[in-house]
Amino acid sequence: MYKAIVIGTSYGGLEALKLILPKLKEDFPLPLIIVLHIGDHSNDTFINHMNAACALEVKEAEGNEPILPGVIYFAPPNYHLQIESNFTFSLSTAEKVNFSRPSIDVLFESAAWVYAKYLIGVILTGANSDGARGLKIIKDSGGKTIIQNPCSALSPAMPRAAFKICKPDISLKLEEISDQLIKLAFQK
Amino acid sequence: MPQDAYWESDTDLFNIELQLLLEAVFLRYGYDFRNYSKAHLKRRILYRLGISGLSTVTDLQNKVLRDREFFKDFLDDLSINVTEMFRDPGFYKSLRENIVPKLRTYAYFKIWHAGCATGEEVYSLAILLQEEGLLDRCQVYATDFNQKVLEIAKEGVYQKKDIVEYERNYHLSGGKKNLSDYYKSMYGSVMFHKELSSRIVFADHNLVTDSVFADVNLILCRNVLIYFEKSLQEKVLGLFYDSLIPSGILCLGTKESLKFSNYGKLFEAINEKQKIFKKRIL
Repeated sequence: MYKAIVIGTSYGGLEALKLILPKLKEDFPLPLIIVLHIGDHSNDTFINHMNAACALEVKEAEGNEPILPGVIYFAPPNYHLQIESNFTFSLSTAEKVNFSRPSIDVLFESAAWVYAKYLIGVILTGANSDGARGLKIIKDSGGKTIIQNPCSALSPAMPRAAFKICKPDISLKLEEISDQLIKLAFQK
Repeated sequence: MPQDAYWESDTDLFNIELQLLLEAVFLRYGYDFRNYSKAHLKRRILYRLGISGLSTVTDLQNKVLRDREFFKDFLDDLSINVTEMFRDPGFYKSLRENIVPKLRTYAYFKIWHAGCATGEEVYSLAILLQEEGLLDRCQVYATDFNQKVLEIAKEGVYQKKDIVEYERNYHLSGGKKNLSDYYKSMYGSVMFHKELSSRIVFADHNLVTDSVFADVNLILCRNVLIYFEKSLQEKVLGLFYDSLIPSGILCLGTKESLKFSNYGKLFEAINEKQKIFKKRIL
């Protein structure tokens, strides 16, 4: 029944994603849309690296690009990534939100508008509080919410901030997250 | 925030009200946001609802229709004015290395900087042209639909706190002097020399509803098309295509592309990464 997964993470996020994403097989039926705070420099290096490590295609999201199942999209550095109601991406250079651009809140909020209860939102390790409000909006819109167990996070601040305002449906250790995503993704 | 509960209860209703609001703005004031990407507009509208104490988009529409001053603030909300000097230094470097030699072959040329916002990038361009000895050979049209930001652009006065970053961008872009050679410090601000703006005409122009400029050699329109839906992007790219001379140059933002556009085949890439394109001669 779910139609998309959104993931937000910052410090420690690259390591966490390296554990999660390669476990998803070619038949994974949902798009994954990810905001990873890595500063203003280019995404190219780690996207190439992820592509080599993953069965799924990994790419940077482009404006007006249709969102396809089984593709992993990353927000471009220095742009907010948003989802339009015709299931395409839009980018914005508007002001930073939570000192971040891309901001997890901006992605999550726009995803909740479009996917509502068909959305899975995930907050992983991170050193600031971006994403907490967005995760709550996903929950209030009927979507499924997952927060990485702060004790298992390289940097617990982001999961803790999310916990503070949003009681998640599921809280998991890092190594349990990929199996959970697979289970939810194939749920009818 | 109070507006959360409002739209979370019914996003379909929000979408209907949004559409009606954009129609109302177009009919009343002629500004056409109907084919803008909606996610961004929604954020801005919720922001305005939150700070104005209005509870629904329909209430907002009522106030927008009847209160011109309120509309001006609302218009400000919808325009993106985040910009910086020599934004994406790699782009300016390529402009200097790949396009300036071409401009040098013209006795006189025209540049259109569309969506110039508060003007930081126009002054960057003027500095580049000055250093290459081309400024007095050109006419720059710097346009925006937001008159408030055009006033700031005309003044050429910016906050001093941003200058360190601008200076760094300037050097990364291949700048030949110091940025401080081009401005005068005054308290917390810097004022760029008037000779830089001597060849710039700042003008009110709306890409969505206004028409072409004639025989332009170079167009810069960076991080504007990202706010448009595909149909509107095509329309504006058509406007640019019609405004450019054959083999004229079009520069877009680094995340903007002709890849999904019908105009892709009418331009050739000079620098794909920096999004510098040349109009093909047919």
